[in-house]
Amino acid sequence: MTSTATTIPHAAPPYSGPRAFVQRLRHGDEIAHLITLTFAAGILLITSLLVWELWRTSYLSRTKFGWHFFWTQTWDPIFDNFGALPFIYGTLVTSVVALIIAVPLGLASAIFLSELAPRKISDAVSFLIDLLAAVPSVIYGLLGIFVVVPLMRSWLGPLLINTLGKLPGIGKLFAGPNYGVGFFTAGIVLAIMVVPFIISVSREVLLTVPREQREAALALGATRWESTWKVVVPWARTGIMGSIFLALARALGETMAVTMVIGNDPKISASLLRPGYTIAAVIANEFTEATGDLYLSALIELGLVLFLMTFILNGLARILIVATERGGGRPA
Amino acid sequence: MNRALLIWRKSLNVVMLTLTGVAALSVVSVLFLILGYLIWHGGASLSWSFFTQLPKPVGETGGGMANAIVGSLKLLSLAALIGLPIGLMAGVYLAEFGGQTFSFVIRYTTDLLNGVPSIVIGIFAYSIVVLPVKHFSTLAGGFALGMMVIPITVRSTEEFLRAIPGTLREGAMALGASKWKTIATVVLPAASGGILTGMLLALARVAGETAPLLFTAFSNRYWSPGWAQPIASLPVMIYTYAIAPYDDWHRQAWAAGLVLLALVLLANLGCRLALNRGGNVRSV
Repeated sequence: MTSTATTIPHAAPPYSGPRAFVQRLRHGDEIAHLITLTFAAGILLITSLLVWELWRTSYLSRTKFGWHFFWTQTWDPIFDNFGALPFIYGTLVTSVVALIIAVPLGLASAIFLSELAPRKISDAVSFLIDLLAAVPSVIYGLLGIFVVVPLMRSWLGPLLINTLGKLPGIGKLFAGPNYGVGFFTAGIVLAIMVVPFIISVSREVLLTVPREQREAALALGATRWESTWKVVVPWARTGIMGSIFLALARALGETMAVTMVIGNDPKISASLLRPGYTIAAVIANEFTEATGDLYLSALIELGLVLFLMTFILNGLARILIVATERGGGRPA
Repeated sequence: MNRALLIWRKSLNVVMLTLTGVAALSVVSVLFLILGYLIWHGGASLSWSFFTQLPKPVGETGGGMANAIVGSLKLLSLAALIGLPIGLMAGVYLAEFGGQTFSFVIRYTTDLLNGVPSIVIGIFAYSIVVLPVKHFSTLAGGFALGMMVIPITVRSTEEFLRAIPGTLREGAMALGASKWKTIATVVLPAASGGILTGMLLALARVAGETAPLLFTAFSNRYWSPGWAQPIASLPVMIYTYAIAPYDDWHRQAWAAGLVLLALVLLANLGCRLALNRGGNVRSV
């Protein structure tokens, strides 16, 4: 989309060539253009520098471990032997748990806000949800340590072990012992943190669905729920997927809240109730203690991995959201 | 048969719609739960000395976080100094000067920078500010926070500039103003309210950031003597105090949490109310 400003014809230059440039320079237009351009290019420069620095400083680890870095489980700073698998596992598992909790909750709330609630209530609730999104992550961590962890230890954990833990198959996911800290606790805290993002993006996408779609469904005799679930939501599904990817990217990169409740133990365990570790958490905990160059380099390579994961997800999310808001309809 | 189906559909309708309402209600109630819990716990531990005293040595009770409050302010002003000008200028470029391809690249990069996990921003600041001089510093922390301010400011500035009607620009140009004069004296002042609120929101967002400060600004139990020394900040203090084994530190963590949350939420509340009143601009 071009801005309104660029569609306005430029004050017609009386001359062409170098004299015209000097003329415009005197007016200051070119200078202003160049100055703002420099700052804009600065963003490009900074971002490229960021990627370059991550690449450069992870050199030691990349050359020493190669692709083995991604599927070895040892994390041994004393013998300088580093593998990323437990952290990648922890990051993915906590994020998936978070999404399993947050997506139904967020989507339902977004449906309520866009389809049922009167505009005023919907706006007021969205306002509160925006505030919720502004709460700093360390506060979520604080509440995680002192509220969610004790709750998990004394009530929710035993409950899960005694109900879901007894089932064949998925019972393994909820096998004891129950520590209070662990993948599941981190997942709960992350879910609370990403729900506001799912709600606000999904609500906006749902609001772009044309009225006629709902009216047509209702006129055919569908109930309100049927029109929502079978017409409106499918119409907006690409955008909703986008909001989920956005939430996933945030969950993957979240540091403080997770560090405070995951238990910080680089192990891969089937049970969600066990302590684990995530990429962001290990960087936060060990970066200042990393004594050797290789140790530091391995941590930075983890940062690079995290960066790439979020980069890909954010890119996908953006494409999906833009596609829905522009065209809507039923993309293949 | 048909009747049973109808009853089923109707009751499904009622049940599912109620559930969506319950979901929305429970999400909103989390906000009040957080607020209530912090006020309950933090309020009890909050005292005058929290704002005026330095942290006491381990084992002694009492003391405050005056240095962390000042530290957060110093870090935020640095972040503003670094992030706001770049964000503002780039926003002006995108809204007023930008062409097609280059603008797309800048916009995309800005989104990319916005999505970078804060801990990775911390690594970046560490490798280009801390590593060369070999020690943690206020500057490094401010730099890291400034990086995070940039993308938010760019987006809000661009959006508010675009909301200014083209007729305003045409009017100024018809009176003979050049383009930059139009922007500087007509467009920017008209959008200034929104742009400033956007900036404040950006600062409120980074005020609660902890991860990028852990190994840039680090922390400090005393007053930080200069810009090149490590400095304490509220979020990092909350983190260290919360994971420490001392009850008194936990109480102080709650108090610090309440102060931080109050600052961030009040800034957000004020900004968003001002924006909502000023027109129907999409929230940032």
